[in-house]
Amino acid sequence: MTDARFPYGRKGHVPPVMGAPALEARAVCVAYPGASRPALDGVSLCVPVGAHVALVGPNGSGKSTLLKAAANLLPLRSGELRVYGNPPGACHHRVAYLPQRSRIDWRFPITVRGLVTTGRYVHLGWLRRPGPRDDDAVADVLDLLGLSALAERQIGQLSGGQQQRALLARALAQEADLLLLDEPLNAVDAETRAIVADVLAKLRRQGKTVVVATHDLGRLESDFDGALYLTAGREMPPPPGAFVGVPVGQHRA
Amino acid sequence: MSWLFDPLQHAFMQSALLAAALVGVTCATIGVYVVLRRMAFIGDALAHTILPGLVVAYLFGWSLLGGALAAGLASALVISWLARREAIREDTAIGIVFTGMFALGVLLMSTQRSFRDLSQMLFGNILGVTSIDLLLIAGVALLVVAALALFHKELELTSVDPLYAQIVGLSPDLVRYALLFLLALTVVVGIQAVGVVLTSALLITPAAAAALLSNRLPRMMLIATLVAVGSGVGGLYASYYFNVSSGAAIVLACTACFGVVWLARAVLAPR
Repeated sequence: MTDARFPYGRKGHVPPVMGAPALEARAVCVAYPGASRPALDGVSLCVPVGAHVALVGPNGSGKSTLLKAAANLLPLRSGELRVYGNPPGACHHRVAYLPQRSRIDWRFPITVRGLVTTGRYVHLGWLRRPGPRDDDAVADVLDLLGLSALAERQIGQLSGGQQQRALLARALAQEADLLLLDEPLNAVDAETRAIVADVLAKLRRQGKTVVVATHDLGRLESDFDGALYLTAGREMPPPPGAFVGVPVGQHRA
Repeated sequence: MSWLFDPLQHAFMQSALLAAALVGVTCATIGVYVVLRRMAFIGDALAHTILPGLVVAYLFGWSLLGGALAAGLASALVISWLARREAIREDTAIGIVFTGMFALGVLLMSTQRSFRDLSQMLFGNILGVTSIDLLLIAGVALLVVAALALFHKELELTSVDPLYAQIVGLSPDLVRYALLFLLALTVVVGIQAVGVVLTSALLITPAAAAALLSNRLPRMMLIATLVAVGSGVGGLYASYYFNVSSGAAIVLACTACFGVVWLARAVLAPR
């Protein structure tokens, strides 16, 4: 499905290993330079293909760190991390990542449609320009996220919730198989919350794998298959009465 | 209309006008990225660090362009090496290297008796461009504009969201170094027109005026190009008729364009 003649990155696009889970972590440790304790300390996780899994915990529990490591933005200190059976970063186009706080330059002269189109670039690689198929994919996700009417606006002219939707739209435009979403519902309006819930339901129907970092415990049962509870970089047993679903962490059968 | 055509009878004015237009196109298009990516300081620094390269090349009779490029690239490498471990911030590293290199250039110049030749490097000598210079300026213009068009996607993405670029395997550092290389080439031809001290004006002022008028990138580049080329031609005519420094006249024409745009916006924009 990716037909870049000159793909970005030296590793190119490695095919998934047959039968491998979408995301697998074994005793993963990650430490930020200069930090006194590791941000992730021996966390294990298995997310089967097609599953929707929540990473639940307070700030500083390591949820974001785990997603960043899976997106190949942080090196591991020890342990092993596999994405479709390959090391992180071996198949950029299969993995979409929505950061909690983006480092976007919202004043840059680019339209909402232009920003969402950058989600297609991983499939184009060097020198190729977006074609009709890319334009169609972008138009579809703009529609899905209720951004069609805002498509020609400069990105700085959106509200916070609309900006968050534009970033989710870009992640969807990438047509990835594994979506890593870091607090997608943090500080957004009711309209955005409803749209994000619809998007998650649609992704489930499409058989996409989704890992969401969240502290919004309210709707876990209806939205997710399993949950991993994290505190201070370690897996915790689920709080009494909390949603468990399919076991995904260390103590799975 | 004779005031318009009289200067064109002189071969040196024809060459100068052509050079001013080509330099204008180059500086204005890459200048839009310099302004949007907040690289104004490094653009100015690159122009200054090139001075010792120019002086050494002049003294030994080497190619001025080669000397300028070598000095520019060496400075860019030293700056990124100094700033690599974050013990020194990048803007501090730029400040140290560019002032040191500029001082070295002035020192070398002061050892020479024919200071006048060398002062052209400080303030440009567009009225003395040779046909080889023109060819070189045209080559750089073509290269810069072609590179900006071919790598528009990558420049855009690494400017808006370097983190996302990194995730999809596109190294923001690689794009940044490529842009710095193009910037070094641009600065070398900019020096031909307005000299070391004023080159950053050609990069920044037209692009800044364009950024006030549009929030679409291609239109910004077009407006910046019109401002830079117009100022180049206007400045040369002013220099011809009033016998003033051509480099300073070109830069002041850019500044005047920016001032007009700024005022027009302040008066016309709805509060």
